[in-house]
Amino acid sequence: MRVTRSRAAALAVAAIMLSGGCGGGSSSDGGGGDKAANAFSVALTEPDHLTPGNTSSSYSLTVLDALFDTPVAIDPATGKPQMRAAESVTSTDQKVWTIKIKPGRKFSNGEPVTAQSFADSWNATAYGPNGWTNNYYFDKIEGYDELNPESGEPSTDKLSGLKVVDDTTLEVTLTAPFSQFPITLAWIAFAPMPKAAFDDLKAYDQAPIGNGPFVLDGAWEHDKQIKVKRSPTYTGERAAKADEVTFKIYASRDTAYTDLRAGRVDLQLTIPPASAPEAKNLLGDRFVATAGGTMDYLGFPVYDKRFANPDLRKAFSMAIDRQAIVDAVYNGTFKPMASLLAPLVPGYRENACGEACTYDPAKAKALFDQAGGFSGTLNLWFSNADPSYEQWMTAIANQLKQNLGIADIKFRKIPASDYLSTLRAHKQDGPYRNNWVMDYPSPQNYLESMWGEGNRMGWENKEFLDLIHQANTAPTFDESLPLYQKAEDIALAEMPMIPLWNWQDQIGYSNRLSGVNVTPYSANLDAISVKQG
Amino acid sequence: MRYAAQRLAQAIPVFFATTFLIYAMVFALPGDPILALAGDKPVPEQVLAVMRARYHLDEPLLVQYGHYMLGVFRGDLGETFTGQPVSELLQDRWAVTAQLALTAWIFELVVGIGLGVLAGLRRGGAADTAVLAGTTFVIAVPVFVVGYTAQIVLGLNLGLFPTAGTDEGWPGSYLLPGMVLGSFGLAYVARLTRTSLVENLRADYVRTATAKGLSRRRVVGLHALRNSLIPVVTYLGVDFGNLMAGAVVTEGIFNLPGIGQQVFQSIQLQEGPVVVGVVTLLVMIFILANLAVDLLYGVLDPRIRRARA
Repeated sequence: MRVTRSRAAALAVAAIMLSGGCGGGSSSDGGGGDKAANAFSVALTEPDHLTPGNTSSSYSLTVLDALFDTPVAIDPATGKPQMRAAESVTSTDQKVWTIKIKPGRKFSNGEPVTAQSFADSWNATAYGPNGWTNNYYFDKIEGYDELNPESGEPSTDKLSGLKVVDDTTLEVTLTAPFSQFPITLAWIAFAPMPKAAFDDLKAYDQAPIGNGPFVLDGAWEHDKQIKVKRSPTYTGERAAKADEVTFKIYASRDTAYTDLRAGRVDLQLTIPPASAPEAKNLLGDRFVATAGGTMDYLGFPVYDKRFANPDLRKAFSMAIDRQAIVDAVYNGTFKPMASLLAPLVPGYRENACGEACTYDPAKAKALFDQAGGFSGTLNLWFSNADPSYEQWMTAIANQLKQNLGIADIKFRKIPASDYLSTLRAHKQDGPYRNNWVMDYPSPQNYLESMWGEGNRMGWENKEFLDLIHQANTAPTFDESLPLYQKAEDIALAEMPMIPLWNWQDQIGYSNRLSGVNVTPYSANLDAISVKQG
Repeated sequence: MRYAAQRLAQAIPVFFATTFLIYAMVFALPGDPILALAGDKPVPEQVLAVMRARYHLDEPLLVQYGHYMLGVFRGDLGETFTGQPVSELLQDRWAVTAQLALTAWIFELVVGIGLGVLAGLRRGGAADTAVLAGTTFVIAVPVFVVGYTAQIVLGLNLGLFPTAGTDEGWPGSYLLPGMVLGSFGLAYVARLTRTSLVENLRADYVRTATAKGLSRRRVVGLHALRNSLIPVVTYLGVDFGNLMAGAVVTEGIFNLPGIGQQVFQSIQLQEGPVVVGVVTLLVMIFILANLAVDLLYGVLDPRIRRARA
């Protein structure tokens, strides 16, 4: 009896293990292998959210750009706003803005897109207790403070600065004149949301309904794929050429690149820098590098008196061979910078920095000695988010050692999750990695966010702030640019933060695709056609 | 069966101890996970406060753990920072890892024992030498080297297997990663089987069996091999748990959205509930695998069974 029992138990356990293994998993439906259909696939990293107000990750943006039309888009040639869901965005005093919505547009569930759809979406994003990522984009609109009180629950959930005049007119009142307002409307957080979303915001995040050229096709299969198809209700300018797009989700860019080579995915927006030379060979003109809006800088703790002298900071800048580092660490795919702005930003000047950003070890050393040199330990601060940070910091340490004679250099590598709170608390006592991912192509986005009030360097300059303020209140976008440039000149002359390089995106695609036109603002998936046969 | 119940009861303190330990470890990681989610962008205090309260990050460790455990007993494992329920997430991912581990395990079992028997029966011959050399090589080379090489050569260049992903389901998508994951264990299984078989073939009872005039097939299959498999079964049982836990690298290379990948991401994001959920699951699997091994001993060797009774 005992024998059979224990035998049975063993068999049962084995059976459970086997059924546990096989039971859950054979639900595969072929994924992105529809070679015959008018469909293609895009390699993607798992998005965090698909609610326009609640994400700023580039992966989410790739999907949301296909699902939503924002009021304004950015013309990739000029970096200036062009109308999309909006017909016009106008103001006489830069403070009260009138947004006219194009009439007759619909969400993919058939609901009309009205001024109210925009107001609802913006209110929800600005409402503090929702805890959405893009909340701060609305801080220039009147009434923002009431939705985000220092403590306690807000008394209202509507921005007082938003007025729905009629179905196609939205009036926005800002707390102060802001000449860059139209271009900020290209940001995904300003997309509209339908009434249906507000019944269950959590469900909406999993299955968003938008007003864009594509519509979700089936459920978001986490960590596997997101399928979209051409929207049946879309009447805008971006009508999709392909019937279907599958976003295949990869945990690693390297694996995605292997799949691109194997022909298992059609478009990759993020080829790893290490594979760039090979991809160039392999893909020919189906490999494209585009300059992005992301910049790396080396910041100084100006509040620390050892770094208080601008000449010392300039000497550091001139002792760094940016091109050599970019070649060694990023395979030459990033672009060394002599400007605080990324090249695609209107108002960008190629050599705004001049001599101070030109590699010249002899002059650097002279300037360094003249400024009194540096004694003690030089701590270099960066996060462990990416192994390349340590590589280029090491290169910088070597160059400072060699060119300025600073002997005692130490690395302070901080966990990524702790890095920004460290900078925020001004705990860094030496040069540190600083990075800016562009929100919209305006000098203001870089200068005010990074050098403006309460900046991480502890740098204070009244003239700079005055110029920013003047530019923000300038009557037109074009008139604001020279003012921003003057402000940039001051920040460069004082050099509280050194520009290092501009990031580039390496894009590759399969020979099945044509019409690929990826810009820093949009992957333009609607324009891509699939070659038949 | 009392024995089995006893073993299961032992799992309860293990369950609490491990979950608390893991929770405390994740808690002790430096940094603010909510702030880290925002990257370089500013986060208003109000939003930070809302998010911290939502995930009880503003409370002391014991309270957080208490919240988590209360949830677990209500069948709620909490949610990730992106708002996905952990139970749902584990359900999806658990199936992927189980399929991967099972593929690797079957590969180890069949090919490993096969090679071991082959080497053991022809001790000193060419097959034996080849198995010894091959297994030495596999043990010496790190998993990620084997993984990337197999992916590039067998997947990309020769096109024998899909390079990554789960598009083709089981077994198609799992064969190559399964073999990579199982290769290490396979080497051990083959060597254990070989050594054990060689020893047993020299034992008295085998000689007796041969003297009784039993066929070689019966002698090897029924007598020698059965006893030789005891250490192998021990290894295979423990290794099933190992495979589940050790899938991190393989899942990464082959882009399989399984438990291993999730643990890696969740530790980076400091998502306590997810890490604890997965680890608890793994602890259970280890306990069950060991239990299965103990029960199998009885089947393979009657002496063990009787001693216990």
